[in-house]
Amino acid sequence: MNAKTWFFGLAFMLASSALATPFTPKSDGQILERLRANVNDIAARELRDLRAQLQQNPNNLSLAVLVARKYIERARVDSDPRYNGRAQAVLEPWWKLEKPPEAVLVLRATLKQNAHDFKGALLDLDLAAKLEPRDPQIWVTRSVVQTVLGNLTEAKRSCLPLFQTSSELVAVTCVANAASLNGQAAKAFQTLEQVLRDNPQASESEKSWATGTLVETAARLQRTDSDTRFQAALQKDPSDIYLRAAYVDFLLEKNQAARASAFLQNTKADALLLRRVLVEKALQLKTYRLFRDQMASRIAANHARGDTVHRREEAIFALHVLEKPTQALTLSKANWLVQHESLDAKILLESAIASRQFEAAKPVLEWFNTTKLEDARIAKLVSQVKAGLK
Amino acid sequence: MKRAFLLLVSVLVCSSLVFAHKASDSYLNINLKNLSLTGRWDVALRDLDYAIGLDDNDDGAITWRELKTHRVAVESYLLSKLELRSENRACKLEASGYLVDNHTDGAYVVLPFFSDCSSNPSTLKVNYNLFFDVDPLHRGLLNLETVRGTQTAIFSPENNALSFQLREQNAISQFLEFVKEGVLHIWGGIDHILFLLALLLPSVLRRENGRWMPVGNFRNALSSVLKIVTAFTLAHSITLSLAALEVVNLPSRLVESTIAASVVLAALNNVFPVVQERRRWLVAFGFGLIHGFGFASVLSDLELTRATLLRSLIGFNVGVELGQLSIVMVFLPLAFSLRSSSFYNRFTLAVGSLAVAAIAGIWMAERIFDFKVLPI
Repeated sequence: MNAKTWFFGLAFMLASSALATPFTPKSDGQILERLRANVNDIAARELRDLRAQLQQNPNNLSLAVLVARKYIERARVDSDPRYNGRAQAVLEPWWKLEKPPEAVLVLRATLKQNAHDFKGALLDLDLAAKLEPRDPQIWVTRSVVQTVLGNLTEAKRSCLPLFQTSSELVAVTCVANAASLNGQAAKAFQTLEQVLRDNPQASESEKSWATGTLVETAARLQRTDSDTRFQAALQKDPSDIYLRAAYVDFLLEKNQAARASAFLQNTKADALLLRRVLVEKALQLKTYRLFRDQMASRIAANHARGDTVHRREEAIFALHVLEKPTQALTLSKANWLVQHESLDAKILLESAIASRQFEAAKPVLEWFNTTKLEDARIAKLVSQVKAGLK
Repeated sequence: MKRAFLLLVSVLVCSSLVFAHKASDSYLNINLKNLSLTGRWDVALRDLDYAIGLDDNDDGAITWRELKTHRVAVESYLLSKLELRSENRACKLEASGYLVDNHTDGAYVVLPFFSDCSSNPSTLKVNYNLFFDVDPLHRGLLNLETVRGTQTAIFSPENNALSFQLREQNAISQFLEFVKEGVLHIWGGIDHILFLLALLLPSVLRRENGRWMPVGNFRNALSSVLKIVTAFTLAHSITLSLAALEVVNLPSRLVESTIAASVVLAALNNVFPVVQERRRWLVAFGFGLIHGFGFASVLSDLELTRATLLRSLIGFNVGVELGQLSIVMVFLPLAFSLRSSSFYNRFTLAVGSLAVAAIAGIWMAERIFDFKVLPI
């Protein structure tokens, strides 16, 4: 039985009981669904008004770009991919054009990236760069996509135009992000920390990108101040789901799962739900099964709609929660064909070790050599695989 | 700078975060295990709110009261986005309840529905168009339950129409299906009947010195009828096939107008004979070609599949012939027995033909100038 059928099987068990019992709510006032976490979400109302304006004039390019960008931002903040689809719908008049306007190309690239169509994203960015090479967004996005693909030399090169078109902090963060994964972690850390200190006037989002990069580099370098840095960064932006997930991973790594619970309150985001399951398992909590089943049914729901962009998380779930190494290996191998981030490398190494199929991790060993990644956790796994191969 | 940074972080984070809770889906369940086709459709409240608005008091929460207030709108919106065709016939869908259920990503409205379609079709077509205009990443997840098991499918903007072959349709029953269509078409096609009758009316008579005289024996009448019917059949079979195979395609307005003209001319020829008796089969053949194009339009409405085209074509043609034959079998004995009476000669032939010509003349005008006077 492969992983897919297994997830379907479990989901079927869970879903069949849920599906079988639609109900009539007991009272008229019963709240069935909350559309937004914050009742007086002014930004949400503004966005709705903008959308209404756009519906009057759907071919208004600048308005469509504005609305689409806000939806994409919302997809990130609320961790809700529905907004990606809405953004795409707003861009419909230009979406299928071979050469849409530059602003649309950049957004289309971002949405393709979110759908893990990295090649498509890069093609769009290259087109955009021909039209408007001074748009810093092109270069930031390009660098990030190249990083995800593990093309770190290209990722660094993409940052270079930012020294002319954007702020010093952005350009340096961009380079440091790629360089920290490319054998220059200590240097990248030092430089970025200095530039961050020198630019107190920078915008919050710029600073938070720089801080996030610093924290992660610190963790990979196993700096003693990593924990304090995580906490400081999270204090500044407690809603940052990505940072929370990274910190929980850090704590799990250090066998400090008990401290992680505080950062797992809102598990609407699947990345956090997965961490919650891992934490609950580590702590042997009574509610563990509940969260595990919830995660399984979310994975199954994604399978049912034909999405394959969640293989990394599925592999983590298969290996560390379900303890099915063979399935985890299949998933992490398929995932490695698409993306090469260090988390992708880690789960493939772990699955190969757990299933004692060391051969399967060979591509990661190669990647580890060429990128010169400095990551003690991954280095340890790499040597385990090497030992297994002997 | 600021503008660029709206996205900057999101780009970074989205890539690494990888997945949040899932994108928009609806769950469509079609059940073919009961007497008629029924179903259940689960649609997320958040999506419905985005598409048609449910949150009346704008407090960011949807209550049961709000959902109930919009019941009519929700039902008609949803049912307008779903088309089911069973054996090429559109099913009339009707909601039979209004409930709520929770899925992994929130609350859904549950719409049970029933239809006037049989639960045992050989083919079922599902056309799904929910939310694609407001969210192209939306997917419709179909569960099709039949007595033989469950099939699943996913609807997307690129894949919004699916056809299910549920039963290996028996070749004979499919053939008979088209024979039936052919018979019904000729019986229902009053213009074809009138054309045929106009040509057949004089077949129990013969022309002598400018006057109509009854034919001597039944054989003469029969052979005359057979010649005409065969010529007509041969002609329309040719053009029907050509049109169905998409070799020739004529504009339907031209075809329909010419058919009406053929009826006028055939009828007038009985009163003011131009074409000789011996050559009437030629008229039948010539205009039969045009009538064939008329039949083809019906066939194209039936949405044939390439694989079964020939079988359907022959079946339909056989049906048309049987329909014609049945008319002839009623007509010929009746006309033959009345042929000597002056009633037949004067009234049936003359007045009847003129009336037919008049009706067909109006049709012709209607069809050429695209207006409507007659109820048929």
